[in-house]
This record gives sequence, structure tokens and C-alpha cells, in this order.
Amino acid sequence: MRLEYFQLIDRIVDLNLAGLTIRCEATVPTASTIFEGHFPGYPLMPGVLLIETMAQTSGWLVVAANRFERMPFLAAVKDAKLRTFVTPGQVLSISAELKHEGSGYAITEASIAADGKSVCDAALTFSVLAFPNAEMNKRMRDTAANIGFPMGAPADG
Amino acid sequence: MSSTFDTIANIIAETCDIPRESIKPESHAINDLGIDSLDFLDIAFAIDKAFGIKLPLEQWTQEVNDGKATTDQYFVLNNLSARIDELVAAKGA
Repeated sequence: MRLEYFQLIDRIVDLNLAGLTIRCEATVPTASTIFEGHFPGYPLMPGVLLIETMAQTSGWLVVAANRFERMPFLAAVKDAKLRTFVTPGQVLSISAELKHEGSGYAITEASIAADGKSVCDAALTFSVLAFPNAEMNKRMRDTAANIGFPMGAPADG
Repeated sequence: MSSTFDTIANIIAETCDIPRESIKPESHAINDLGIDSLDFLDIAFAIDKAFGIKLPLEQWTQEVNDGKATTDQYFVLNNLSARIDELVAAKGA
């Protein structure tokens, strides 16, 4: 994770397009300027970044389901529950399931666990739109390759 | 068995917290009921699930933007009900 750059996914561990599920992993950095303010002397991973981490995990699944032809934009967060604190150095296991693919939107359910305990969960709604430009698409593919996205059929189909 | 309109009206009432009695067949979802695009995604999701269809929102939006259709054709609830009935019939064909 590089919190300041919103790079919240370290690697895709499993991507199942038949079951429409994904699991990613990420390690909370031991040092970050964000921890200087959240909180001084008591560093905690901000809840909004945990939600963003679930959104990015869901996002890779939506991108895969759309074969890199379209990308998701977070539109709504529902029933978000932040169940426990996350501290620097913890390894997060992030899971998401694509519950519904509509016309121009997608619904996922996502969760994070750490050390075998549930950390948070939410239902997420995305608008699914064409990539704004070719450069964005290329950068998305480059990032995907760097985090272990299976660049076979889903990416090139 | 409730009508398509009743099902839609109940979904809108529940999703958008709009009094059920104020939702009429001639109501325009956007102009009369004030439903915005984000709330309409929730409604579309509920309709997709309830009827086992996929509302072609992108196609409808494109047609309106291209001047080939008016929003009345898709967002007046009577008309929306008719479109849904067509989609359900097409699915079963």
C-alpha cells in the first residue's frame, strides 16, 4: 500500500470470473504521512481508506468482467461497517463479489479481514463507463500487470 | 398478483422514501418525483431483480441524448411499466 498515492492493493490473489469473485492482499505501511494526523501518537488506518480499499478490489473485478473496455466509478457506499481498528503493518485480505451487473452500473459486496478477524464490509454501487481516454486505459493495464492481474483472457478479450 | 406499475411504485416509494400515494401512473420519475440519476440506479437494481431483466438504461439515455426519444417515453411510470412488460415478454420468448 502507498496510501498517499491511493495505491491500496498490493496483489490480486484470486480472480474468479465464473463465480464473479476476487481476493486481494495489501499490507498497511508502517510509516505514512497520513498517520501523522490520524492520529498523532496513535496511528490508525482511516476508515475511508478501508472503504476505498474495498472499492478498488471491487473495481478490479468490474474491470475484469468488462475486459478492460470500461471502468467503474464509485457512486454509493451502503451498510458500511468498520468493525475494528487497523494498525500499521497489518496484512489485509480483501474480498469482493459482483452481485449485479446492470446497464451502466454494478453492485458489489466487499469485506476486509486481518489476522482472521472481520475488519469491515459494505455494499458498493459503481457507475460503469467507458475509459475517459487511452492513456487511462494503458495506465490501468500497467497497474494491473504490477499487482498480478491475470493478463490473459480477461484483459485481452 | 400486483401489476407492473404497482411493483415499480412500491420500489420507488421504498427506495426514495416517497409517499406511495403520491406516485401515479402518469408521474414522471425525474420531473414529478424528483428522482436523480443515483437514486434511479437503486430503482433500476430493484427492478432488474424483481423482474429478472436488465433495464437498458444506457441505450435509453443515448436515445434521449440523440433526440430519438423523449424522457417521457421511459420515465413516465405508465410508459416505464410498458417497457418492462416488453422486456419480460422478450425474455420469455
